[in-house]
Amino acid sequence: MNTILNDYADEVQAILARYPQDQKRSAVMPLIHLVQARDGYVTKQAMTEIAEIVGISVTDVASVVGFYTLYHEEKGGRYHLQVCTDLPCALRGADEFLAKLCENIGIKVGETTPDGVITIEEVTCLAGCHHAPMFQVQGDGAITYHENQSVDSALEIIAELRRKAAAQEAE
Amino acid sequence: MSHILLRHRDIPDIKELSVYRANGGFKAFQKAVTTMQPGDVVNEVKASGLRGRGGAGFPTGVKWSFLPGNLWPHYVVANADESEPGTFKDREILENNPYQFLEGLMIAAYAVGAQEAYVYLRGEFESIYRQLNACIARLEEAHLLGDQLFGTDVRLRIYTHLGAGAYICGEETALLESLEGKLGQPRLRPPFPAVAGLFNKPTVINNVETLTNLPPILEKGADWYKSLGTEKSPGVKIFCLSGCVQKPGNYELPLGTTFRELIYTWGGGLAEGRRIKGIMAAGASSNIIPADDRALDTPMDYESVQQNLGAPLGSASVIILDDSVNMAWLVAKTTHFFKHESCGKCTPCREGTFWMAHITERMMGGKASPEDIDLLKNVALQMQGKCLCALGEFSTMAVVSGIKHFRPDFEAAVRGGGKAK
Ligand SMILES: Cc1cc2nc3c(=O)[nH]c(=O)nc-3n(C[C@H](O)[C@H](O)[C@H](O)COP(=O)(O)O)c2cc1C
Ligand code: SF4
Ligand code: FES
Repeated sequence: MNTILNDYADEVQAILARYPQDQKRSAVMPLIHLVQARDGYVTKQAMTEIAEIVGISVTDVASVVGFYTLYHEEKGGRYHLQVCTDLPCALRGADEFLAKLCENIGIKVGETTPDGVITIEEVTCLAGCHHAPMFQVQGDGAITYHENQSVDSALEIIAELRRKAAAQEAE
Repeated sequence: MSHILLRHRDIPDIKELSVYRANGGFKAFQKAVTTMQPGDVVNEVKASGLRGRGGAGFPTGVKWSFLPGNLWPHYVVANADESEPGTFKDREILENNPYQFLEGLMIAAYAVGAQEAYVYLRGEFESIYRQLNACIARLEEAHLLGDQLFGTDVRLRIYTHLGAGAYICGEETALLESLEGKLGQPRLRPPFPAVAGLFNKPTVINNVETLTNLPPILEKGADWYKSLGTEKSPGVKIFCLSGCVQKPGNYELPLGTTFRELIYTWGGGLAEGRRIKGIMAAGASSNIIPADDRALDTPMDYESVQQNLGAPLGSASVIILDDSVNMAWLVAKTTHFFKHESCGKCTPCREGTFWMAHITERMMGGKASPEDIDLLKNVALQMQGKCLCALGEFSTMAVVSGIKHFRPDFEAAVRGGGKAK
């Protein structure tokens, strides 16, 4: 059974309709976004199902997943907190911000908190350089920007994400 | 003066369709479709002198006229990948004045006879993507998109496509590959996208800011547009000001405004007690320009920056560097960026960005020797002219200009004193 077709029949049709009929391959990125929103990362099973829908090999799907940084092949934290430390942000204290934030929550860049809620990552420019320090939170199929941050305001956001995760766990 | 592009700063609710229409929205598109031939639109935009705002500054109307009239269909693709470090103008337009951008895209599509247009957004713009999809749905309801527009046989559809994190997808042929569901790696040219672009069909790719200029140009005319800016660089530009200034942000100003005016009149100058040391005019892809009077008094237009300072204006992402910044540290940042973003397709860029990042890391780790400065420079020089796309070239700019103008910073880094910021 193709679980993507099963779970998202309408969405898949809407995605395919955006491209010419003989150009189904274009749907590969939106389909990966769709399954990642459902599963939190892209499983081998999902790659097989996507390959079947667009008519390319599983290897081709896997190489697309591997090429783009917002696709995750492994189950990380529920939320990826991605701090920009590129040049313009770094000129406004992004490196110190990230170091202090990591120190406060007790993990290193690239690690996930023991409760599995937050993975901290360092990323390149997010087009928010004038509002540094800044980061984005990727999770639950969405991306949210948080700009003009301090360590305190970031810790509050993390606490909020933990409450959200706990509430969903309880459901 | 009121804004031409960042109109939400004057009209706060302009991202509502009703407000945009109440303020003249879609009049230009209607005028084009109902009173002008596609060729007239191309000619008007040519006459306005509008040049591409995505970096290269190529005349927009001229670019449109390259599409062959005997190969169909034609496509227009809006480049909303905005990923150059220091660039955040397209995001402000898309978030706050989305309909003016969409109207511009619709005008471009009409001008080149495209019935389908795509917007390629960087993956991080996921919330903008949702908003844009809602805007497009509203335009379809209002019969501003779809079939038989304004009772003519003109039809047009717009689709969005969300990327997933890759700077190189801003390069137009890598963008097309990505839109076709492949790895975002640049194509060999020729053929150029104007002849064989998206799905192998004639394609125009334009930047978001470029397109957002089109409704006012059609509404008020080429002569009005040319009255702004300089003779060869007409119009207004959004300058993204970032780095060591008091008031970083977007400033919509006529092309030809000096660096000094941008930094001191608009950007509030530098922090108390700090002196300006360098300027990067085109984001991380820039040369580092020593900030002397000559540089500060240079007008920011495509010709003057190149002629006076030997650097491109690019996307006008102006990064300010003060006297606390060590340029070896800066180059460690930029080379790290390019190593991360190199798509790996060609050897000089893949290997070159790897080695440049490796050497600058060694410098910042206090493990470098004095010979490493020239080694770094030579790796950069060997890459120049050998890379498949401009990213490879971009990665060498800060390295070569940094060592040329600020060698003592690199010597200090090698001696272990390079930590800065
Ligand atoms: C490495 C690289 C990255 C680029 N990134 C962008 C980008 O993020 N946005 C953009 O509009 N153009 C970008 N460009 C320029 C595009 O290739 C293309 O020239 C531009 O979108 C054309 O639009 P315009 O004529 O309206 O400027 C980039 C070019 C290169 C080489
Ligand atoms: S120059 Fe770099 S980014 Fe461009 S094609 Fe070669 S490897 Fe890819
Ligand atoms: S450098 Fe951090 S958002 Fe641009």
